[in-house]
Amino acid sequence: MKRLSARRRHPLAGLVVLLLALGAVGGLYSAFAPSGTAEAADDASSLQIQEGKGLYITSCSSCHGLNAEGTSDGPEIAGLGAAAVDFQVGTGRMPLQSREGQAPAKKQLFTEEETVAIAAYVASLAGGAPIPTAEQYAADGDLQEGGEIFRTNCASCHNFIGKGGALTRGKYAPNLTGSDPKHIYEAMLTGPESMPTFSDGVLTPEQKKDVITYIKTIAAEPDPGGYAAGRIGPVTEGLLVWTVVIGALIGAAVWLGAKPS
Amino acid sequence: MSTPETPAAPPSPAAKAGAGVATYLDERLGTNAAGKKNLRKVFPEHWSFMLGEIALYSFIILLATGVYLTLFFKPSAQEVTYDGVYAPLRGAHMSEAYASTLDISFEVRGGLLMRQIHHWSALIFVAAIFIHLFRIFFTGAFRKPRELNWLIGNGLLTMALIEGFAGYTIPDDLLSGTGLRIAEAVILSIPVVGTYVQFFLFGGEFPGDDIIPRLFIIHVLLLPGIMLALITVHLMLVVVQKHTQFPGPGRTNENVVGFPLMPVYMAKAGGFFFIVFGVCALLGGIAQINPIWLFGPYYPDQISAGSQPDFYIGFLEGSLRAMPNWETNLFGHSISWNVLVPGLILPGIMMTLLAVYPFIEAWVTGDKREHHLLDRPRDVPVRTAFGAMSIAFYLLLFINGGNDIIGLTFDISINNVTRFTQVALIVVPPIVFVITKRACLGLQRADLNRVLHGKETGIIKRLPNGEFIEVHAPISAEERFSLMQRNTYAPLAAGPATDEEGVPTPGHKVAKVRAKLSKFWYADDMPKPTPEEYAELTAGHGHGDDHGTDVEGHGH
Ligand code: HEC
Ligand code: HEC
Ligand code: HEM
Repeated sequence: MKRLSARRRHPLAGLVVLLLALGAVGGLYSAFAPSGTAEAADDASSLQIQEGKGLYITSCSSCHGLNAEGTSDGPEIAGLGAAAVDFQVGTGRMPLQSREGQAPAKKQLFTEEETVAIAAYVASLAGGAPIPTAEQYAADGDLQEGGEIFRTNCASCHNFIGKGGALTRGKYAPNLTGSDPKHIYEAMLTGPESMPTFSDGVLTPEQKKDVITYIKTIAAEPDPGGYAAGRIGPVTEGLLVWTVVIGALIGAAVWLGAKPS
Repeated sequence: MSTPETPAAPPSPAAKAGAGVATYLDERLGTNAAGKKNLRKVFPEHWSFMLGEIALYSFIILLATGVYLTLFFKPSAQEVTYDGVYAPLRGAHMSEAYASTLDISFEVRGGLLMRQIHHWSALIFVAAIFIHLFRIFFTGAFRKPRELNWLIGNGLLTMALIEGFAGYTIPDDLLSGTGLRIAEAVILSIPVVGTYVQFFLFGGEFPGDDIIPRLFIIHVLLLPGIMLALITVHLMLVVVQKHTQFPGPGRTNENVVGFPLMPVYMAKAGGFFFIVFGVCALLGGIAQINPIWLFGPYYPDQISAGSQPDFYIGFLEGSLRAMPNWETNLFGHSISWNVLVPGLILPGIMMTLLAVYPFIEAWVTGDKREHHLLDRPRDVPVRTAFGAMSIAFYLLLFINGGNDIIGLTFDISINNVTRFTQVALIVVPPIVFVITKRACLGLQRADLNRVLHGKETGIIKRLPNGEFIEVHAPISAEERFSLMQRNTYAPLAAGPATDEEGVPTPGHKVAKVRAKLSKFWYADDMPKPTPEEYAELTAGHGHGDDHGTDVEGHGH
């Protein structure tokens, strides 16, 4: 103790502490900064925004306006954020092909990189929710909790296990069993079309993760009862009974009832 | 067993034992005399006579598997926390009924198999009742003296629907809870007493703790007991009244032609039981049904898209979905026509019409005779057309019950499916009626042609004068007889409006209605040829074939 306190009073001690502190801060910074220096990162993101802007102007502006302010052909999307754009473009809904009915999910037109670029550009206009990180939408939440949240908030449109369902006037809630976890997260965050928005105040990030865990786990669950006919429930069961089963039993009756010749 | 040529063969030990038991029973119960009579009972042959058996056998399978399920099922709405093996629900709060159904599915040995066999047999049971009913209806087997058995059958159908609904509801999962909620809404829509009835049945507010145990008792004790008793009476009546048969040579209204119950019919029936059982077991083993673990426990604030009842409740679902949203406000009470009409009034009318049909037909036709020979559907065009029209109506309701599934699958708007149904319910049945009646009359005409001109051979002959004719071959006497054994009726007449003194005849208005209906029923029927007509027609047709030799001998 004594020796230590003696050394601390060394005239150079202040300088050493200062150097150590600076070193620590610098080290921490370089450990936390994703790559290169702050300036280089800035450059990269502005490049990305530039690229995104180019793609946006050619593919989206005709409907959403040059500044994403909206036109008669498409709503304002400035302020919706990167998550909304990544969802719409990532699921192939945008760019929209026909104005008829609900924009269907289809093959993604842009590469992942281009999608992120467009998202970054739209986000640069007026901010909004960012694209979630892989950690946020990893399917390692609470399965049971997720099921309960899903049945309370989502099943009314998407069915118990996310098989999808019809809404009024030809609209529909799509089948979620094949959806990408990222897109599930983004859909909750941004509420596409007639789906409500589940902001972090309504469903916390933890709960969103639970929901994703549930959807992905149930979709991968085997069916312990055997062939499940698409898991649609009573409709396919009834159909099976009235066609194959009753058909076979009547066939058996005809066979048994045939006159011995 | 032993043939007359080998009288020396000693009876086998099994045969000796059998004889011993038979004697023992006969000495105490007098079974031999009863057995001799009943085992030789003759049962006519036709595949459609075995449809009712499908229902009987699936009922037996339901009893057996149901007893097994009862050993493990806990009919209680008590809330528990699930800690079984099914991970997606571990930790969830649920009723004991739902938890025990999960346990039956995942932890009880053979439980899932039993549940699935039970549920598949339930669907087969109800479907079999329907096709059995169609057979009875379209062949006129419900006519005197079998009207009572028709009513018993109707009771069994109604109870089967309720029984199925109760069974479907007791696992207390989200899907069945939704159905229960709808049933509650229908009860509540009854004017004046609805609320009281609902409180009485549920023992308080929905859902409450009472309804699951109550439905359970209804499902495993009350209805199976009543149904078992009614099925017994139903079958005893078949024995007492004898089975009907299709017309044919040697078959009259006074006899029954067929095989004896023992051994031919017993063997067939036994074999058929194992076929039905095999189909149920196979389905239970390889095809998933009612995966309640996917639906989750029932909470009144949850609901799923695509919720559907089992098929036999589908027509009610469809009628609810087809009804426009009408409500009336009467002295501060709203009458929910939108629920009351499709949920109670319409099914009430449908079931009543079905039940009283034999009496309506007997009244309109004035036919009070006993009938043991069946009608071929074409020979009673109006009845057949009514049946087809009713089936069309039912099917439309049924299809509309899945309007969301149809909309989603075929990418049509739900609203359009519903609109289509609303129009079709009014337009389609009459069209079906007309088409079916025409088709029947066409078939009658074809029969007539066959009798008068023989069957078409496809051989074209050129006569010396250049005319082409098709050669017709005569049909067998048996066939000719069968084809022409149908009844022909003349429409009833209303009688004079007044008697000789000019006093109005009592009940003349009703008689007039009846005469009109009767005309509607029979006026278009193809008349059967009289023997004279027959002889004349065949003589006049120089097809070169000599047919119609022994017809008059049959003397129709
Ligand atoms: C043909 C016109 C059209 C084009 C091109 C188009 N969109 Fe859209 N977009 C629409 C319409 C219309 C809607 C709203 C209807 C809907 O969501 O189905 C919409 C909705 C959106 C939304 C969601 C808005 C909300 O309120 O949730 C986003 C984000 C979006 N578009 C982004 C894009 C991007 C990015 C592109 C270019 C890659 C693009 N759109 C191209 C017409 C278009
Ligand atoms: C009111 C009905 C409704 C509710 C409630 C709802 N959704 Fe949706 N959902 C929709 C509709 C409609 C779409 C289709 C949007 C579109 O096509 O633009 C959709 C789309 C989605 C998609 C995109 C599917 C894909 O890959 O194409 C996901 C994921 C999704 N919903 C998840 C959820 C989750 C999770 C919840 C509950 C937290 C939920 N939804 C609640 C109606 C709903
Ligand atoms: C007569 C016709 C019957 C019909 C139409 C019928 C129908 C049904 C149906 C649809 C279910 C839901 C099963 C499921 O979970 O998928 C069910 C459940 C059940 N039935 Fe029946 N049933 C019948 C007779 C019986 C009988 C006779 C018993 C008992 C003696 C019985 C006992 C049960 C029990 C305990 C359940 C709940 C357990 C479970 O779902 O796992 N049933 N029934």
